[in-house]
Amino acid sequence: MPSLENIADIIHTWLNITFNSTTALLIELVIVAVSAIGLFSMLGLILIMMERKVSAYMQVRLGPNRVGPKGMFQTVADTLKLMVKEGMTPNGADKFLFNLAPFIVMIVAMVILAPLAFAKNFQLWDLNIGILFVASVSSVSVIGILMAGWASNNKYSLLGAMRSGAQIVSYELSAGLSIITIVILTGSLKISTIIQSQSDGWWIFKGHIPALIAFVIFIIAVTAETNRAPFDLAEAESELTAGFHTEYSGMKFALFFLAEYVNIFIVCVLGATLFLGGWMPLHFGTDTRFNELMDYIPSSLWLFGKTFFLIFIIMWFRWTFPRLRIDQLLNLEWKYLLPISMFNLLLTTLMAIMGWHF
Amino acid sequence: MFLKKYLQDIYYAVKSLLIGMRRTGYYFTHHKEIITQQYPDNKDSLSLPERFRGEVVMIHDENNEHACTGCTACELACPNATIKIITQIDTTPEGKKKKALNTFVYHLDLCTFCNLCIVACPTDAIKMANTFEHSVFDRSKLTKILNKPDSKIRAGIE
Repeated sequence: MPSLENIADIIHTWLNITFNSTTALLIELVIVAVSAIGLFSMLGLILIMMERKVSAYMQVRLGPNRVGPKGMFQTVADTLKLMVKEGMTPNGADKFLFNLAPFIVMIVAMVILAPLAFAKNFQLWDLNIGILFVASVSSVSVIGILMAGWASNNKYSLLGAMRSGAQIVSYELSAGLSIITIVILTGSLKISTIIQSQSDGWWIFKGHIPALIAFVIFIIAVTAETNRAPFDLAEAESELTAGFHTEYSGMKFALFFLAEYVNIFIVCVLGATLFLGGWMPLHFGTDTRFNELMDYIPSSLWLFGKTFFLIFIIMWFRWTFPRLRIDQLLNLEWKYLLPISMFNLLLTTLMAIMGWHF
Repeated sequence: MFLKKYLQDIYYAVKSLLIGMRRTGYYFTHHKEIITQQYPDNKDSLSLPERFRGEVVMIHDENNEHACTGCTACELACPNATIKIITQIDTTPEGKKKKALNTFVYHLDLCTFCNLCIVACPTDAIKMANTFEHSVFDRSKLTKILNKPDSKIRAGIE
């Protein structure tokens, strides 16, 4: 059966036979870079289409339905439009930082991709601190946002960027604490070990109530971290026109837009890995017939299914809830999410020590 | 006591958020609720609500008779001089002189569709029609005469 693992193996062996090992490594790096960019552009097209359709149906509208069958090529047309548009730089802007910012945001998103497992034995870099790597690198993206806001020389941009900074810094705490909950239960930061530990049931089932609370807090925190409604104060189109990317146009704007969706995808992959078993099929205890049936579905489909389920939930939030004020946002984090996740951490530690989980 | 209120807050917050999500989830799964009309495609089956305000028309019956007495109540009610009524003096068979409608001029390009003229009319001679495709190539075409040629007032309307 062809799987992503087999394809990668075939390419690897063929390259090593044909070229010497250094050239083979270099070619593999190029392949990885090209497929990462390909994945990003596909994600951009699919997720923006999905967002527009989901929002339309939730607001009792039809959504895009003119370009191609059922409007499926609308995002392709939009991308073409953005490509041919002029990328303007305002006169008063800090040119260097202004042009650098979208690439920093994008590169951060690409770097986080490295330790994520997309299918069985299909991972770029299985380093032993995978989760820590993702959590720390993802906070670099706030530098890109602050850079964009500052360099634009525009009050809306600066306000949006400052809000975004306050928001990401505070919500990283509860996101981190809910990640640690699973790390305690697994006893490892390595992503492959975390997924392997869920072969007899996902953590959201095995971890009882603490895992469930951690999952809910994780979803809330990553919604805030990716600057999406109801936490989209950084953009807040009704107050700040577009926040930190007010002054951007053309392809540079498209990069910010793409980075937003890629970040959603990445945090949803992370959530699926931690709580829903990553590429691990749905397994229940010792019912071997059921387990074997589930194994027939390819592992990459399992991961993408879970990821898109989480993405749908985040979109559902966006199109249902009104935006929070900045004080409400910080109240929610410091008065509710952080104390709850700290208490939850204690509970999980107790559970892990006593061995109460399955 | 503090803890009770704290937990209560969380409970009500989660509950109200879930109620909202249930509503949008219902709309997401029930596509028959969609109210968008795909206009140029559904020209044949387009249905507009009764109270839709497209333009002012004068009601004529099958004998080409209308109910307008030329009282100019609509002209006075109009906030931006959309309506201009030209009256004439008719002589009844008994020899009495009576004011009657000659021309009802309606400037569609000035109209804001506020409905005040229809409310002001004492004899319900005019109403809002639900036609809305008003684009023309010349602005003068938007000045309309609402009473049909050779129409006259219906008997018994004072």
